[in-house]
Amino acid sequence: MINMANNKQEIKVTIARGQLGVDFESFTVPYDEEQTILDLLTHIQRDVDPTLSYRFACRVGMCGSCAMRVNGKPRWTCRTLVRKALQDGELRLEPLSNFKVVKDLVVDMEQFFDKWQEAKGRFEPSESPVQEFAPIKPDNAKRQLADEAIECINCGCCYAACDVVASNPDYLGPAALNRAWSLVNDAKDFAGPERLKAVSGDGGCQNCHTNSQCVARCPLQLNPTRSIAGLKKEVSLATLKGQI
Amino acid sequence: MSNRLEFKIWLAHRLSAMALGLFVVVHLAGMMIAIQGGVSAQEILGRTSGNYVFGLFYSLFVLAAATHASIGLRTVAREVLGWKGWSAGILIICFFLALNIVGVSAIGGLVL
Repeated sequence: MINMANNKQEIKVTIARGQLGVDFESFTVPYDEEQTILDLLTHIQRDVDPTLSYRFACRVGMCGSCAMRVNGKPRWTCRTLVRKALQDGELRLEPLSNFKVVKDLVVDMEQFFDKWQEAKGRFEPSESPVQEFAPIKPDNAKRQLADEAIECINCGCCYAACDVVASNPDYLGPAALNRAWSLVNDAKDFAGPERLKAVSGDGGCQNCHTNSQCVARCPLQLNPTRSIAGLKKEVSLATLKGQI
Repeated sequence: MSNRLEFKIWLAHRLSAMALGLFVVVHLAGMMIAIQGGVSAQEILGRTSGNYVFGLFYSLFVLAAATHASIGLRTVAREVLGWKGWSAGILIICFFLALNIVGVSAIGGLVL
């Protein structure tokens, strides 16, 4: 519902409070046409209820820390205009799904990043010094595959949108597997078969149902489903060849 | 369970699906050709009896179908029902064996 009061539009915002995700509190606040949801939250915390907890850092879509569910969909609040997210004149803000809630809209990202490490999402250099410089040209096919996946900033939107993560908490998830795929295609990385083993354990890439919710919800329009399909193919070939 | 076993089961599911894709096309094409002008049970048995290539083809078909169906049911049991224990494993193995026995028995009836 949008009311006009003192020539300024007002909006009803319902926000999840506490740790369990079952308590909600509604606020009626003014908003401007070009206001983001993060601006709205800042107004509520500064002027209405200073106990409201939410997370942000860069405010310009670079850090990914302000991600939360806006009317049920994971989004970056700093890059989402209130007027574009409104449903029936109302906003419902909740913490990201598939994460443990710390308080209000703040989630614990520890398991998310643990899975990133479990998928060997870390660059592994050669054990011995590399003797010759290896140029990787922009038109190199593997470099292009890595380029498609490399821009992920780990906001967790894909992980929150993934229904496989929801039904199987062991699943590594789209972000970790997408990161692993970018490294599989990095000619300077030497993890090789060890990374392929890491992404094909019980919670590995084979669990992906290719529902593409991660693709639909990635604020950067990345395609983790395609990265995971690439991993499935690489691991399958390595398995059939007896390399892992 | 070995952490690589899950992937190998998934791979077997995909490979059996690929094999089934080919088998089903060959089967349907064979059926369409075989029934041209009508065919009796006697004629079918006349063609299949002693035809070991036919027997081998359909034995592989049965194996692929049993593998694919069993792993598919295992996935449904795990993801929909949350049934992952040894009891589910035993039931799936019994289902796999039963499909193979029934299928191979039918082929034996036609070929031997």
